[in-house]
Amino acid sequence: MRRAIVMTLGLIGLALAHPAAADEPLVADLSKDSIEITTGFTGTDVLLFGATDGDGDVVVLVRGPDMEMVVRKKRRTAGIWINREGVTFANVPSFYRLATSGPLSETVSEAVAESYPVGVEYLDLKTISGEPADHSFRTALLRLLRTEKLYDRQIGGIQFLGSGLFRVELFFPTNVPTGTYMVDVLLLRDGALVASTRYPLAVRKIGVGAEAFRFAHDRPAAYGAIAILIALLTGWLAGLLFRKH
Amino acid sequence: MQIYLPIAEMSVNVFLLLAMGGAVGFLSGLFGVGGGFLMTPLLIFIGIPPPVAVATEANQIVASSASGIFAHWRRGNVDFKMGGVLIAGGILGSYLGVQLFGYLRGIGQIDLLIMLAYVVFLSTVGALMLAESVRAALRRRRSPGPRKLHQHTWLHGLPFKMRFRSSRLYISALLPLSIGFAVGVLSALMGVGGGFIMIPLMIYLLGMPTTIVVGTSLFQILFVTANVTFFQALHNQTVDIVLALLLLAGAVIGAQFGARASAYLRGEQLRGLLAVLVLLVCSKLLYDLVVAPVEPYSLGFGVLH
Repeated sequence: MRRAIVMTLGLIGLALAHPAAADEPLVADLSKDSIEITTGFTGTDVLLFGATDGDGDVVVLVRGPDMEMVVRKKRRTAGIWINREGVTFANVPSFYRLATSGPLSETVSEAVAESYPVGVEYLDLKTISGEPADHSFRTALLRLLRTEKLYDRQIGGIQFLGSGLFRVELFFPTNVPTGTYMVDVLLLRDGALVASTRYPLAVRKIGVGAEAFRFAHDRPAAYGAIAILIALLTGWLAGLLFRKH
Repeated sequence: MQIYLPIAEMSVNVFLLLAMGGAVGFLSGLFGVGGGFLMTPLLIFIGIPPPVAVATEANQIVASSASGIFAHWRRGNVDFKMGGVLIAGGILGSYLGVQLFGYLRGIGQIDLLIMLAYVVFLSTVGALMLAESVRAALRRRRSPGPRKLHQHTWLHGLPFKMRFRSSRLYISALLPLSIGFAVGVLSALMGVGGGFIMIPLMIYLLGMPTTIVVGTSLFQILFVTANVTFFQALHNQTVDIVLALLLLAGAVIGAQFGARASAYLRGEQLRGLLAVLVLLVCSKLLYDLVVAPVEPYSLGFGVLH
C-alpha cells in the first residue's frame, strides 16, 4: 500500500516535472535509496520509476560490490562425492539484475552491451591469478548465483505507462550482500545509447542482528565469552525453573 | 514469522526452529541423551551452513548441560577429579579440533568431514545400540548370571596411576585423558557433547559406577563445549547466538515432556527406538554423500573488497 502511494506520488511528480525537464531525455528515481536488513528481513522490492522524452528502449542494471568467490567441483572419489578442483574468482559482482523494456537483441547494440556490461555473458571475470577462468567453472559460477537469486534478468520487465513514463520493480532477496550498489538506467534508440543516469543504492544491516555480526567479527574473543555466559545463564535458569515441577 | 540469523546470514522461520528444538529436546529428555548428534544434522538439513550448525550447537549444549549438572552435583553424582582429567584432555582435543576445522574450511573440505564423521559415528553407535537392545529384550526371559565388576586387561598396566575416590578406581590417568581428548576433537568437529561415546567408554573401559557416570560426563561436556564455543567464535566466527537461544527455548520445554514420557517405556525399548532414529539420520547423510549430486559445483564467498 505504502509502495503504491510512493509510486503514485513519484509518477505525479515526474509528470509535473516532465515539461520543465523537456531538454532532459531521461529522468528516473528509486522508491528508496537504501535497503536495510533488519532481524525481520525477508527480502524487499525496490521500485524504479522514470520518464523519457519520447520513444526508445529502457534498460536497468543493478550491480552489487565485487567480491572474491570460490567455485568448487565435486567428483566421485572412493564411492562418495568430494570437492576436488576449485577456482577462485577475483572480481565477481555480488549482485546483478538486468531489466529491459524489450527483447535484449533488439534493444542493445553489441558495443553498448560490452561497455556496461548488459548481460552476464559480458562480465569480465578473472581468477585471482589473473587468468581467464575455465569455461565450465565460469558457467557454473553464473548458474549458482542465479540459483541463489543473486543474479536475475527481467527481459521485458520494464513497463511503459504511456507518455514516456516507465516503472519496474526490482527484487532483493534475503541473502542480498551488503555494500554500495550501482543502479544504471540507460535510454537507447535503435540499439545506441542516448542517455544514462546512475544511482547509488546502499544495502546495509541494521539493528541487533547487525550489531551481533559486527561484534562477532570485530571482537571474536569477547563474543565467544558472551555466548558462553548467555548459555550458562539460560541453562541455569531453565534448570531452576523446572526443578519445582 | 521469519527471523534473520545474524551469523548464518539467512532468514529462517522462528516456529520451525522452536519446533526443532522442542522435538530434539523431547527426544533428549526421553532417551536421556544430549541431542547434539540429532540437532546438528537437522540444522544442516534445513540449510544452515554446516560450520555454523556445528559451532552453534556446541553453544546450545553448554546451556543444556548447565541446566542438568546442578541436579547431579546436589546428589553427589559428580567425580570432580575424574571430570578434571577428562576436561584436561577435552580442552586440548577441542582446541586442536577447532584448528583442524578452520584449516579444512579453508580448503573446502569441512562439510565432507562433518558428514563423514556423522556417518561413521551414527552408524556405529546406532548398530551397537540396536544389537544391544535386541539382546537385552531376548535376555529378559533368562535369569541374569553373576557379573564381575570389571575385567583386568593391559589397560590397567599403564603408567601415571591415579586414585579416583568417588569412582572407586585406581587407574592410569592416560585413560580418561585420552577419552577426554577424543571426545574433545569430536565435539569441535561435530557439534556434539559426546556423551553417547563417552558414557559407554566410562562404564566399560574405565569401569566407573553407572550412578556417577552421567553427572561426571555432563561436567566434562560443560567445559569442553564452552571451550569449543570460545575457539569457534575466535577463529571461525561461526557461533550464532540467536540461533542457539531459539533452539534452546524449544529444547528446554521439550525435554520436560520427554522426561515424563520416558516413564511409559522400558529401557531396551527406548534404546531400540533411539537406535532406529540414529540409523535413519545416518542413512540420510550417507545418501547425500553417495548419490550423484544434481549440482556438482558449489559456491563459497570470499571477503568484500
